[in-house]
Amino acid sequence: MRTDVFKINETTPHQDLTEGLMFFGAGSTKNFNTGEWRTNTPVFIADKCKQCLLCAPVCPDSCIPVADSKRGEFDLEHCKGCGICVEACPFDAIVMKEGK
Amino acid sequence: MANYSLKEVMNKPERLAPGHRMCAGCGATIGVRAVLRALHEGDRAVIGNATGCLEVSSFTYPYTAWEDSYIHNAFENAGATLSGVETAYKALKKRGRLPKDENFKFITFGGDGGTYDIGFQSLSGAMERGHDLVYVCYDNGAYMNTGIQRSSATPMYADTTTTPVGSKSNGKMQNRKDLASIIADHDVPYVAQSTFTADFRDLHLKAEKAIYTEGAAFLNLMTPCPRGWRYEAKDIMKICKLAVETCYWPMFEVDHGKWRLTYEPKKKLPIEDFLREQGRFKHLFKPGNEDLLEQFQAEVDRRWDDLLYKCGKD
Amino acid sequence: MARRDRMSGNEAVSYAIKQINPDVMPAFPITPSTEIPQMVSNYIANGQMDTEFIPVESEHSSMSATIGAEAAGARSLTATSSAGLALMWEELLLAASNRMPCALALVNRTLSGPININCDHSDGMGARDTGWIQIYAENNQEAYDNFIQAYPIAEDPRVHLPIMICQDGFITSHAVENIELLEDKEVKEFVGEYHPEEFLLNPDKPIAVGPYAISNYVMEARKNQLQALERSKEVILEVAEKYKKLSGRGFGLFEEYKTQDADYIMVIIGSAAGTAKEAVDALREAGKKVGVLKLRVFRPFPAEEIANAIKHAKAVAIMDRTESYNTHGGPLGAEIEAGLYRAKANCMAVNYIYGLGGRDFTVNHVSDIFAELEDAVQNNKELEQYKYIGLRE
Repeated sequence: MRTDVFKINETTPHQDLTEGLMFFGAGSTKNFNTGEWRTNTPVFIADKCKQCLLCAPVCPDSCIPVADSKRGEFDLEHCKGCGICVEACPFDAIVMKEGK
Repeated sequence: MANYSLKEVMNKPERLAPGHRMCAGCGATIGVRAVLRALHEGDRAVIGNATGCLEVSSFTYPYTAWEDSYIHNAFENAGATLSGVETAYKALKKRGRLPKDENFKFITFGGDGGTYDIGFQSLSGAMERGHDLVYVCYDNGAYMNTGIQRSSATPMYADTTTTPVGSKSNGKMQNRKDLASIIADHDVPYVAQSTFTADFRDLHLKAEKAIYTEGAAFLNLMTPCPRGWRYEAKDIMKICKLAVETCYWPMFEVDHGKWRLTYEPKKKLPIEDFLREQGRFKHLFKPGNEDLLEQFQAEVDRRWDDLLYKCGKD
Repeated sequence: MARRDRMSGNEAVSYAIKQINPDVMPAFPITPSTEIPQMVSNYIANGQMDTEFIPVESEHSSMSATIGAEAAGARSLTATSSAGLALMWEELLLAASNRMPCALALVNRTLSGPININCDHSDGMGARDTGWIQIYAENNQEAYDNFIQAYPIAEDPRVHLPIMICQDGFITSHAVENIELLEDKEVKEFVGEYHPEEFLLNPDKPIAVGPYAISNYVMEARKNQLQALERSKEVILEVAEKYKKLSGRGFGLFEEYKTQDADYIMVIIGSAAGTAKEAVDALREAGKKVGVLKLRVFRPFPAEEIANAIKHAKAVAIMDRTESYNTHGGPLGAEIEAGLYRAKANCMAVNYIYGLGGRDFTVNHVSDIFAELEDAVQNNKELEQYKYIGLRE
C-alpha cells in the first residue's frame, strides 16, 4: 500500500505509522513548505531574461522549474532565498527583495 | 567534445524534490541535482546515502525528497549497503523476478566524513569488488552535520570546531587526503573529480560517464558549505570558480587508468584568492602569517604538478 | 523422503542454505563460522546453487550489504561468530528497526578478551536486545531444522523481522553427527519463493528506507517493532507445527525434558542441554525427580511460558554460558527470575555461569548442581544465587 503523507503527522497513533518508518512512495517533501524559512525573496524579471538557464541548475532547492528549455516563475513555496540564482544570472533578470 | 546542452538537460524531470531541509544555499543538493540529471530518462535508480546533512534533511519521516527509491542505512556503510542493493538487482534479474527491460542504476551519496573517514573501508571494499555503482562524495571538507569538525578532507589551516584557531593553533595541522587518487589506485574503471561550473558541463559529463561506465565508479565532488566555510551563501559559484582557477580543486578524470585534466586554468591564480573569501581561513591573512600562506601555496603547487605529471603534461 | 547422513553443524546449515538457495549472501570469514561461507561458495562454484555471494571486507559490511539486498527485494542472509557479530552491532539494530526479514547463521563463540575461538554465548547474548528473533540449537539436526524454518518465520507479514539461527561453536558446528535431511523439493516448497510487497527495485513503486525521525515518531516506531516481535511467537509455533508435519520433528519455544513432575529443574540453552539430559537420565534412575528445560527461542523471550513450566519446582538452576557483567547474574538468569517474579512464583532460583570460552561442562557438573539444589532445599540452606561452575579457586 502506498503511503499517504497527509495521513501521517506528529499526532498519528503508532498503529497508523508505516512499517519500519519506510515511505512507500517518492517526492513527498513537495508537501513540506520550506518557503517559510525565507528572509529575502528572489524576484524574476521576465523581460530581462534571455532564457540562458544558468540560474536553474544552481538552485539547491529545485525551485526554478524548466519546461521546453524555458524557466518559469520561482517556486516560492520552497525557495529558501539563498540568492545564488541572482549571482548566476548574467542579465540582472533576478533581484532579491527584502522579506517574504 | 561530448554532446551537452544545458538547455536540453534542464528539461529533464527533477529527481530531487524541493522541500528538503538542507540549509539555504547548500552546495550538496546542487551537486545531487546535477548528478541525477545525468541519468538517462527511462532509467530507474536506487539512491544510497550515508548518514549526514543530506540524509537527515532529505528523508525526514514522512517526507522524502527522492523521486527514486532511496536507502539510508548508517554513517559508515554506504558503499556496502549499495553493494547489497546492486547484487540484489543482479540476483533478481537472473532469476526473472524483475522485468527484462527494467534498467536500474545505483548511485550513493556520502559526505567527506562518511567517505574519506568512517566509510572509507566500506567504500574501498565496494570499489575493489567492482559493483556496478557510482559512489559520489559530496566533499565540503568537514563534518558539517555535527557542527563543522575536521575530517581528513579538511584543508590544512582550516578553522574547524575540533581544530580551532587560537593563540597556540593555526587550525588544522595536516593536509587533506587525496581520496580521488586513492580510489583511482583501486583500478576501478572510472574516477573523476569535479565541482560546479556555470554551465555544469564538466560535472554532467563526468556523472554520465560514472553512471554509464560498467563497474565501480567514484566521483569526488566539491560542494561548498556556506556555514562551515563562512562565506555568503549567494557566492557559491564564485567560490567554486576560485577553487578551480587556483588549482586548489583540479578538475580531472581517470578513465580506465588514463589520467586526464578536464580543465586547465589559463593563468593559475594565487591560492590567497580562494582562501580570502572564506572565514575559516581568516587567520591566514593576519600580519605574521605570511609563511602559512606560502606553505599552503607550496602544497597546492606540489599537488598540481603531480597531477600534471599523471596526466602526461609536465 | 527424508535422507540420512552424517554432518557437522556447519555442514548442516550450509546444506540448508543450499536447499533454500537464497538470493544474496554477503559474508566474511571468522572462526568457527567460516566453513559456512566456504561451503556455500563451493556449492556455487560447482553449480549446485546460484545465490549471489558477496565476499565483503568485514562483518560490518556483510550485515550492511545484507540489509541493502533485503531492502532491494532479495532474500538475504549472512553468517558469523563472536567479534563478527559485535562488529555488526549497529547494523543488527538497523536490520530489525528497518523490518528486514533477513537471516543470520550464528555460530556461537566467546567475545574477546582474551581472544579465544571456543564456544560460549557472549556473542548472541550480547546481541539479545537488538530486536532480532533468536533461536538456539542443541545439535546439528536442530541447527538444520531451525534454519529451514527461519524465512517462513521472518517473512511472515505479521513479523517482518530478522532472525538469528544459533548453534554452539565447535561443539555443534564442527562435531559430525547423524542427521536427517529433507529433500530439496520439500524445502523449496516449505520455504516458498520470496515476493515482498514493497522493495527498492519495484519498478514504478519507489520506496524510501531509513529515515531521520523526530522524537514524535520514535516511541511509536519502537512499539510497532516490539509488537511484531511479540507476534513472532505465534508464527514460530505455527511454522514449527507445519514443519512437524513435513519432517516429523516437533519444536516449541522450549523443550521440557522430564520436568512435569520434577522437583529440580535446570534451564539451559544450546549443546549443553544434551549433557544435562544425560545427567537427568542417570539421576532419574537413582530416583531423583529432576528435569531439564531447554530454551530454543530466546527472542521473543517466553517468560510467562517458562515460569509456568518451572514454577512447580522446589528449585531451578538457570544456566548462563556468558557473563553479563551486571554483577548479579547472567542474561538468562535475569530474564527467568523476572518472569518468575511476575508469575508470583516463589521457587528457589540459582544462576550458574558455566562453559565460558569453551570450558568443558560435564555430566558431573550437572549432577553436582542438582545435588546442591536438593541439599539447599532439604536442609534449608541459603545458596549463593549467582555462581561459577568449573572455576579453579
